[in-house]
Amino acid sequence: MCSMLPRLGPPLAIAVLAGPILFGLAGTILPAFGYLPALGGTGFTLAHAEKLLTQPGIMMSALISLAAGLVTTAVSLGVVMLFIAGWAGTHIFSRIQHLVSPLLSVPHAAAAFGLAFLIAPSGMIARMLSPWLTGWERPPDLLIVNDPTGLSMIAGLIVKEIPFLLLIALAALPQVDLPRTRALAASLGYGRVAGFLHGVWPPLYRQMRLAVFAVVAFATSVVDVAAILGPTTPAPLAVRLVGWMNDPELSMRFFASAGALLQLCVSAAALLIWIALERLGAAMLRRLRRSGLRFRRDAWLRRAALAAMVTAAMTVLAGLATLAIWSFAGLWQFPDALPETFTAKTWMKTAPRLAAPLSVTLIVAAASTTLAIALTLLCLMRENETGRVAGRRALLFLYLPLLVPQAAFLFGLQLLFVFTGGVASLPALVLAHLTFVMPYVFLSLSDPWRAYDRRYEAIAAGLGKSRIATLLRVRLPMLSRAILVAAAVGFAVSVGQYLPTVLIGAGRLETITTEAVALASGGNRRVIGVYAFLQMLLPAAGFAVATLVPALVFRNRRAMRV
Amino acid sequence: MADKQLFLDGVSIALNARVLVAVTHRVEVGEVLTVMGPSGSGKSTLLAYIGGFLDPAFSASGKVFSGKEEITALPAEERHAGILFQDPLLFPHMSVGGNLLFAIPPAVKGKAARLALVEEALDGVGLAGTASRDPDTLSGGQKARVALARVLLSAPRMLLLDEPFSKLDAELRSQMRELVFAKARTSRLPVVLVTHDEADAEAAGGRVIRVGQ
Repeated sequence: MCSMLPRLGPPLAIAVLAGPILFGLAGTILPAFGYLPALGGTGFTLAHAEKLLTQPGIMMSALISLAAGLVTTAVSLGVVMLFIAGWAGTHIFSRIQHLVSPLLSVPHAAAAFGLAFLIAPSGMIARMLSPWLTGWERPPDLLIVNDPTGLSMIAGLIVKEIPFLLLIALAALPQVDLPRTRALAASLGYGRVAGFLHGVWPPLYRQMRLAVFAVVAFATSVVDVAAILGPTTPAPLAVRLVGWMNDPELSMRFFASAGALLQLCVSAAALLIWIALERLGAAMLRRLRRSGLRFRRDAWLRRAALAAMVTAAMTVLAGLATLAIWSFAGLWQFPDALPETFTAKTWMKTAPRLAAPLSVTLIVAAASTTLAIALTLLCLMRENETGRVAGRRALLFLYLPLLVPQAAFLFGLQLLFVFTGGVASLPALVLAHLTFVMPYVFLSLSDPWRAYDRRYEAIAAGLGKSRIATLLRVRLPMLSRAILVAAAVGFAVSVGQYLPTVLIGAGRLETITTEAVALASGGNRRVIGVYAFLQMLLPAAGFAVATLVPALVFRNRRAMRV
Repeated sequence: MADKQLFLDGVSIALNARVLVAVTHRVEVGEVLTVMGPSGSGKSTLLAYIGGFLDPAFSASGKVFSGKEEITALPAEERHAGILFQDPLLFPHMSVGGNLLFAIPPAVKGKAARLALVEEALDGVGLAGTASRDPDTLSGGQKARVALARVLLSAPRMLLLDEPFSKLDAELRSQMRELVFAKARTSRLPVVLVTHDEADAEAAGGRVIRVGQ
């Protein structure tokens, strides 16, 4: 029985990853063309799509989403590329790496709130500069947050995608021989950045490509960051979509489905444009290579990349600090840099309302993470049994939930749950989260699992230990740190999920994240501070547990330290 | 006890239709069969086949007998093929004593009896009183001896040695070699040794098979 379980791993994982997307897309595309028998739609029609196109500013909304996706990806990838090119292998690099890595676990919404609290006209930056530099005694009447071109939204996305792409690049870096390629390029007289771009970047980018695509898809369809920082007249497509989806009028579902289909097209168009940009970039690199230009004076570029990296990291950190201050702020007048008094009043007042969303957050995160870990372990055990490591196709499955825009398939999935009676139930919500938690858990656990020295297992088997005993008493304990870190990653991903919670929870299951985003329009900074701070605290607590528990359990085992 | 001899009957291991190792040989208890070959010749796959953990990428045929019992189809954990690699591979999350307790068959009941066996085994390799130590704090030679004590405690039917001396320095190497072969003789175990070191083969004194040449 036990030995049969791993066999189930890969098919179950594929079902978890692709099932919701397949059903969800069907549940989106069919109603978009008028087919939804439960609501009386039995024929196919283009009426809903036509109605969608007559909405005011719909093209503008789509364009903002498209542009946000491309600009976010180009800027964050550019910063990561130049930073690695200029600094990989230096002390500064490893220090920045340690600064940036934890930022990956900060939920998007919390980072977006932090940025808003920094750059708003009455935000931290304005306070720091006022009145001595700006002369402002009152917050200026400027539209910085929610600016119509979406710049602050793009900034909010960039500071979160930089840590993601940096970590993906770092994971792929050992597979390209950076030090020797660099030495070779340098011996030919190439500058650091040029040598990197010609020798290291093409194979490195190939490894990162799916993750970059995921950034394009995410940034074109993000809801929470867009609702907090994005323009409002008109709002980015995904934000308007969710408004239609939450409309109690049932006939709006056809219309919302047509919108979701448009979102799918926008994200697909962004991906196609991105692929064209990839070609263009590759052609430019080829031309440069043929020219033989050395670009030896690149110190300015390296410094600029470092500055961009540090700015991105400090922005998130300063934003989080500002959130924390607001949550404890008493009277805080503009332009004071700090509140006159600190008080726990906001926390005490909010506490009773926190219990319900907090417990849903914890239950769903714990359940989806546990399932994801179990499924991942089964898949990896199956890999060992067959001797075949999951290849490119498996990787595509893993990235599927990150490549298909959430707004495009979750609405259809919600419909499915509505008609099967599962909507707003905990199991449905756990399942929806699992789809997004699974890829991150698998990606973070598979490398340490595969790097494990399997001779330990041969030894245990030689000692007469059964496979299950070997797994439980040798391999899992030895990999406990990696498993706990993967669990912390999964936990953080679940805590940060906004759209799946809103749609599958259908407003009846609230988490800290959905509550926080719902507060965005209200503008009570103290309460937002409490929610966003909690949002950041939960993943941090997860990582603290993942680090401290093995350190404590194995405190007398030197070889178990990292 | 004479029935624990190891018989390799027409064992042949191939990778992509290229035969790496082919052997038919009877290894008596206390005797050492040495398989010599350069690294990458696939000589270790023979041990993996006997032990039951051959990578599925290889194809293999032939029978393995321990005494009168054919073990070819048994799962690795039922073959009782004790193995030593070139690294001691002590389980890093257990103490020295924990490593040894893990190896003692469940048939030995009672905490006191099991702990007594641990102490005796440690004493037998000159490491009395180290049971509570963290294995990573031992020297390389001490780790190798704990690994030997561990495999012997599991009451194996044979000993498979995968270049177990190659990472030790010259002086330790000959000491360890003598210790391992002596223990194999007193425990009456057939031994298969894989190595690329002629001195190992000489010290082993048994039949030598050369592969990959």
